[in-house]
Amino acid sequence: MVSELNVPALTIKPVAVSPGGAAWITLCRDLRLGFRRQAELINPPLFFLIVVTLFPLGISPDPAFLAKLAPGVIWIAALLATLLAMDSLFRGDYEDGALDLLLIVPQPLFMHVLAKVTAHWLLTGLPLLVLAPILALMLSLPSQAYTTLIASLALGTPLLSLLGAIGAALTVGIRRGGMLLSLLILPLYIPVLLLGTGAVVAASEGLPAAGQLLWLAVLLTLGLTLAPFAIAAGLKITASG
Amino acid sequence: MNWTWFHKLGSPKWFYEISSRWLPWLVILSLLLLVTGVVWGLAFAPAERFQGNSYRIIYIHVPAAFLAQATYVFMAIAGGVGLIWRMKMAEIAASCCAPIGASFTLLALLTGAIWGKPTWGAWWVWDARLTSMLILLFLYLGFMALQAAIDNKKTAARASAVLALVGLVNIPIIKYSVDWWFTLHQTASIKLTEKPAMPAEMYYPLFICLAGFYCFFAVVLILRLRAEILHREHKTGWVKALMSNKC
Repeated sequence: MVSELNVPALTIKPVAVSPGGAAWITLCRDLRLGFRRQAELINPPLFFLIVVTLFPLGISPDPAFLAKLAPGVIWIAALLATLLAMDSLFRGDYEDGALDLLLIVPQPLFMHVLAKVTAHWLLTGLPLLVLAPILALMLSLPSQAYTTLIASLALGTPLLSLLGAIGAALTVGIRRGGMLLSLLILPLYIPVLLLGTGAVVAASEGLPAAGQLLWLAVLLTLGLTLAPFAIAAGLKITASG
Repeated sequence: MNWTWFHKLGSPKWFYEISSRWLPWLVILSLLLLVTGVVWGLAFAPAERFQGNSYRIIYIHVPAAFLAQATYVFMAIAGGVGLIWRMKMAEIAASCCAPIGASFTLLALLTGAIWGKPTWGAWWVWDARLTSMLILLFLYLGFMALQAAIDNKKTAARASAVLALVGLVNIPIIKYSVDWWFTLHQTASIKLTEKPAMPAEMYYPLFICLAGFYCFFAVVLILRLRAEILHREHKTGWVKALMSNKC
């Protein structure tokens, strides 16, 4: 009976792609999509700049006072900028159905997720690093703390992206998930904030900051290896619901 | 090993029936323990050398703080079991734990503030333990918010289970990072591996209170579970039969 059904042969042969190759393709695709929406690229650094500007205006323009405030202000602003950019990580793919395709391709979702978060960090996190020294200058942060500031942001913002992506994966199916995303993820950001500001404060007082930076590196390693599992699980749940 | 009990636990009907037999005993046990512990602690335990009688809030504060943390662990494990074995009862248990745990956390924070005023001179200080307790409260509230935001109960349970597990991994990290940041709070005076740093007349009632809080948690959890089971299964035959018998 089955042979009479006359099933047409599959004309397009699937191309074998290694997990690493698939991740590379996803990374390139996301970067290309990001660069096509240039107006959106400018938003996170602009937000970062405006939030930092509010502090001298709202609290005090006194340089000595601002220097004390600077590590915390820059870190909190970077944290909020990363968080607000997070909502767009899976939104487009969820709405146009690309996310469903990612779930059924043979390569592990872990690699795709890692590639997507990397692309998102390159587009939204890296510009903050470039902007940070300028803001540090405006807040009169002691000059010996600049390298530590950049290093702490370089280690910390990818971690913020990884943690934020967990929340983004869980809330992408909810209509107005932005506020909820912040509620879920901000408590998890606290260790990164404490270590990041701790490092910059130590460096601006002339103390060694290697301890905090190494801890950030530890957490980043932990995040790179564990967070994609949680993100992938979140995406699968969202897609099935 | 015989796993029948584990599979039975997954059946709401079985749990509803067995828990109605456990419940009276648990209520009696928790009342006995709580009344004994609290009366002993408040009225008969000796006054503390430096703090006088104000330390007696410890008999509520410490068990509440213990339970606040233990409930999160229980909630995350239940969520994980629900996620892995698709066990309906585990999903319901995780969702029922969140409000109980949040209440214990709030109780610990409030009693801590009341205790802090006479001893530290302030209702609130940014100390490591207070801060990590506050973050724990945020984690509970986030869990409840996510659960409330998703309409499909099954998706809500699974999504919030992932969040609870992520939170479980993060709790030690949060705790140590906050500890390292600054601390004013005394270090733990009760450790499992050492003798408590307080006289026996003080810590016996504390342990009784602690056991009482655990039993109280079990009672509240079972009551919530039973209500939730009836709500979710209201279309099944056994619930309808149960209701028509009672009315």
